[in-house]
Amino acid sequence: MGDKLSQQQRDYEVQMVKIFAGYGCENCNYFLDDMEKLYSVDLAPWVPVVGLEIHAQISSNSKLFSGSQVQFAAAPNSLVSFFDASLPGTLPVLNRRCVEAAVMTGLALNCSINKRSLFDRKHYFYADLPAGYQITQQRVPIAVNGSLSYSLCIDNKMSQMVTKTVRIKQIQLEQDSGKSLHDDTRNQTLVDLNRAGRLGLFSCFLEPDMCCGEEAAAAVRELQLILQTLGSSQAVMAEGQLRVDANVSVHHPGEHYGVRTEVKNINSLRFLAKAVDYEIQRQIEELENGGTILNETRAFDSKLGCTVPMRDKEGKQDYRFMPEPNLPPLILYDAKSLPANMNHQQVVNVDWIHERLPDLPSVKRAKLVERYGILPEHSFTLLNEDGLTEFFENVVKQTQMKPKKVIGWILNDLLSYLKQHSLIVKESPVSSFLLADLLNLLEKKEISSTAAKQVLAELWKGEGKTPFEIVKEKKLELIQDQKELEQICQAVIDGQENEVMAIKAGNQKVLNKLIGLVQRETQGRSNPVLVKQLLEKKLSE
Amino acid sequence: MKYKVFYYCNFLLVFRTLKLRKNLIKWVKYKELWQRGSRFIRVTPRSGLCHLAALKGGLRFQVSAALKEGHVTPTELCQRCLSLIKSTKFLNAYITVAEETALKQAEESEKRYRRGQPLGVLDGIPIAVKDNFNTAGIETTCASNMLKGYISPYNATVVQKLLDQGAVLLGKTNLDEFAMGSGSTDGVFGPVRNPWSYSRQYKEKSVPKSCSEDEESNWVITGGSSGGSAAAVSSFTCFAALGSDTGGSTRNPAAHCGVVGLKPTYGLISRHGLIPLVNSMDVPGILTRCVDDAAVVLGSLAGHDPKDSTTIQDNFKPFELPNLTDVSKLSIGIPKEYHAPGLSSEILALWSKAADLFKNAGAKVVEVSLPHTRYSIVCYHVLCTAEVASNMARFDGLEYGHRSDMNKSTESMYAATRREGFNEVVRGRILSGNYFLLKQNYENYFIKAQKVRRLIANDFVKVFGSGVDILLTPTTLSDALPYMEFIKEDNRTRSAQDDVLTQAANMAGLPAINVPTGLSERGLPVGLQFIGRSFQEKQLLTVAKWFEKQVKFPMIQLEVKRHYHGAFQHQKSAFFS
Repeated sequence: MGDKLSQQQRDYEVQMVKIFAGYGCENCNYFLDDMEKLYSVDLAPWVPVVGLEIHAQISSNSKLFSGSQVQFAAAPNSLVSFFDASLPGTLPVLNRRCVEAAVMTGLALNCSINKRSLFDRKHYFYADLPAGYQITQQRVPIAVNGSLSYSLCIDNKMSQMVTKTVRIKQIQLEQDSGKSLHDDTRNQTLVDLNRAGRLGLFSCFLEPDMCCGEEAAAAVRELQLILQTLGSSQAVMAEGQLRVDANVSVHHPGEHYGVRTEVKNINSLRFLAKAVDYEIQRQIEELENGGTILNETRAFDSKLGCTVPMRDKEGKQDYRFMPEPNLPPLILYDAKSLPANMNHQQVVNVDWIHERLPDLPSVKRAKLVERYGILPEHSFTLLNEDGLTEFFENVVKQTQMKPKKVIGWILNDLLSYLKQHSLIVKESPVSSFLLADLLNLLEKKEISSTAAKQVLAELWKGEGKTPFEIVKEKKLELIQDQKELEQICQAVIDGQENEVMAIKAGNQKVLNKLIGLVQRETQGRSNPVLVKQLLEKKLSE
Repeated sequence: MKYKVFYYCNFLLVFRTLKLRKNLIKWVKYKELWQRGSRFIRVTPRSGLCHLAALKGGLRFQVSAALKEGHVTPTELCQRCLSLIKSTKFLNAYITVAEETALKQAEESEKRYRRGQPLGVLDGIPIAVKDNFNTAGIETTCASNMLKGYISPYNATVVQKLLDQGAVLLGKTNLDEFAMGSGSTDGVFGPVRNPWSYSRQYKEKSVPKSCSEDEESNWVITGGSSGGSAAAVSSFTCFAALGSDTGGSTRNPAAHCGVVGLKPTYGLISRHGLIPLVNSMDVPGILTRCVDDAAVVLGSLAGHDPKDSTTIQDNFKPFELPNLTDVSKLSIGIPKEYHAPGLSSEILALWSKAADLFKNAGAKVVEVSLPHTRYSIVCYHVLCTAEVASNMARFDGLEYGHRSDMNKSTESMYAATRREGFNEVVRGRILSGNYFLLKQNYENYFIKAQKVRRLIANDFVKVFGSGVDILLTPTTLSDALPYMEFIKEDNRTRSAQDDVLTQAANMAGLPAINVPTGLSERGLPVGLQFIGRSFQEKQLLTVAKWFEKQVKFPMIQLEVKRHYHGAFQHQKSAFFS
């Protein structure tokens, strides 16, 4: 163990060991499962450490410091104000909406809000940074010391969920840079100042508390849900509203953190997990082979599934931070400190925002579990899919079936169908109304569950028929005539002497086979419960 | 508007009854003088326009009254100024003269007057603006290769406010490149000549009358960096001009050119559209012929601007300056540190005379101490260059301005663009600023300088807290140096010397004004500076107005040859866009 290890890092190390000892993250098999081995064996395993820098564009009609509009896929350089292009003499003016969104996010992430925060200039020359500096909050950001709890499942088993917490270092308001498009064939660079012009943006720094790609992805997913719930950002990664850079390093337990690399250019959660895991593996291999890790920026190549060093930015940058002289300190108020003579339109009241925070995903999940008696892991799935919770609740409202049973249809049938066809919940050909209709038929024992699946298969075609029409058309209704059913049961019993012998000898499992045969005979139109009763009755005669 | 007209009518009444008829006669005389086209235009107190200017506190009311009464039309006024600009072209006060738009604006103003609905006192008044304020449609160069030919798509807030009140924008005035200098000698369009170099007062005392060669080599600088604006006001080519003041850039040339130069409190006037030197110290400055005019212009510019977050939120109420009769309740502070090394005996004498003037009139005059002021120059050097390094980063040749042909790589293009675009002064400041901002130097230089700045500002707080109302100091160490003398030292040395008396006010954000006080032995103007409490412009200007009235600063007797050719051909390219 390194003797100069700080207490903080030691604590963290112990904490991490505990985490792994307790849960054993499936993807963290880079080091040995057995914690005792970890310290007794000389050849110590590697501990990967993952931290994230997340940049989220704030949903607002204008940019952070200028009045320009914000819109995805607008014509290049069509949403650029004089300030965005850094015309000489222009000054930044803070957008109140962005401040509120950042405060809201800070509160939702359990941060302490700084009532007085400052702006700084971070200097570097780049074609898509027209001012030659970025306005950010380096010294005193708007929110600090938060935490984010997220859950992930072990071995892809929904039943084994673990909840983890990642610390959040700070949330800061920041300008975005422009977008450079490198045209290598014509040897030129094109610059679009739309996105970057200066969108309202905040950056969220997650401490290196994570140890694999899956954890990182789960943490970001939770953050995404929170931002969407708050409405502070649409947080769509593919559109660049949420950008994630991962800082990855590996080290031996008890030693100082290794040299970290920064992985950029990650535009989906799946790629985040992949990129992080690739980078961990690469670093371990590099170090095992006697190589060294450079403190560099790497880009994730989603096609090749690997990270590659980014263009050299000419060595280490000195950003020459300086206070932004054109923006006075950002002062926030609470109910107590709010000056009486102040125009309320011009101040941001933290308490006011706090009172109006919507239910966060964790609260929503707890409410779902409590209200509907579903399993906690089901609540995760419901929230993870945009619109699925609403769909589920609508079905529950329109059917007599118990929510516990409804959730099975939602998660197993609806969701897997949507996934297979790459559809989102909104695009589902079966509405919550139709599904509720179908489940009602099932609940009223008019059809069997086998038949219900057949009906659902028809419904997917989206031909506008109701479940009832399909049932009629396909003659899928249960056989209500008990005599008819009894005859069929008798016929099955008569034809399966061996099985009947077995059952009589005490092997009740074989009964299921007989039930299955009756089902086949009736083409699923028999009620299995009833069939079971009839069979049992006949066999005991 | 009706209210405003009535407001000024009180004053007009007085003037109308007392002076107007007389003036009218003088206007006519003046006109004749022009039309006669004599070889020399002798602009003396006896020739109309200037006589108006000579009337303390009267100019704005008089010109405004003359316009309103129809004795002169905005177009006539504009044309007169334009032709005076032409005949004083050798001063190199203007970089761009916007003749066409000015005449159009004058025409619009004339229509308003004809309808009897002028926009206010400034309607139809010809003004000039330093060429580091953005003006839509008119070139904004900062006297730099970097922005040569740059036409801004927007007006600076101050420019817009002047235009909204009907002022006629004659053109853009010369300066040191990006306002970095104290002589108006380091711009790409060449140095500005002080109109007083061509005054009878200077010639009589300093230049042998017969020797025109000496005259050519003896011309004196305007001071800077707003030298073009000061020269423009001083030579009567406009009635008011905008400058900018970061370390004294408005007050210094005002002192050398014998005009009033006001640096308002930081945050009172919007900086939106002013191409920055040091954001935390820049203030748009006002150059006029008298204190009353400065108050009018201030009233039209001050107030919150949503485009500049550093402007104060409170509403600003334009004010009239009272005629102070009793100064016995005033406490005037004389900061001993302003007795700086290099202060000329003449100015020292003038300074004490001014102090006596207040004392004799019954004011309390006390010596005060601003102990940290002597660190101001070195502190300013760090803070200024750091902000310059940052502010100049945007000039990379990509979005606007000069772009080098070098296209080997983006970086080499940046380097070449900036080498070609900036002069040595600007490049030097960028270099040292970046040095001070480096991680390893930041604490030792920038942070330390910020702390010293706070100490300097606190000195003022203490002094004003002790009951002092206004500080009285010299504005410059001496009268204006001849150009040949001035350029013997480099820009950095000169700036350090010349800003020493003005700069502390910028550090503390305080309002300060130069009031022309007298003539030196060489017949050149010398001014004194008043520094007031934050946002107490009214008090500051009232005292300045009282002082102005006592000292009776002489009018410039400009002797301008009608056809001044020869040595000034090289400046031609910069003239008239």
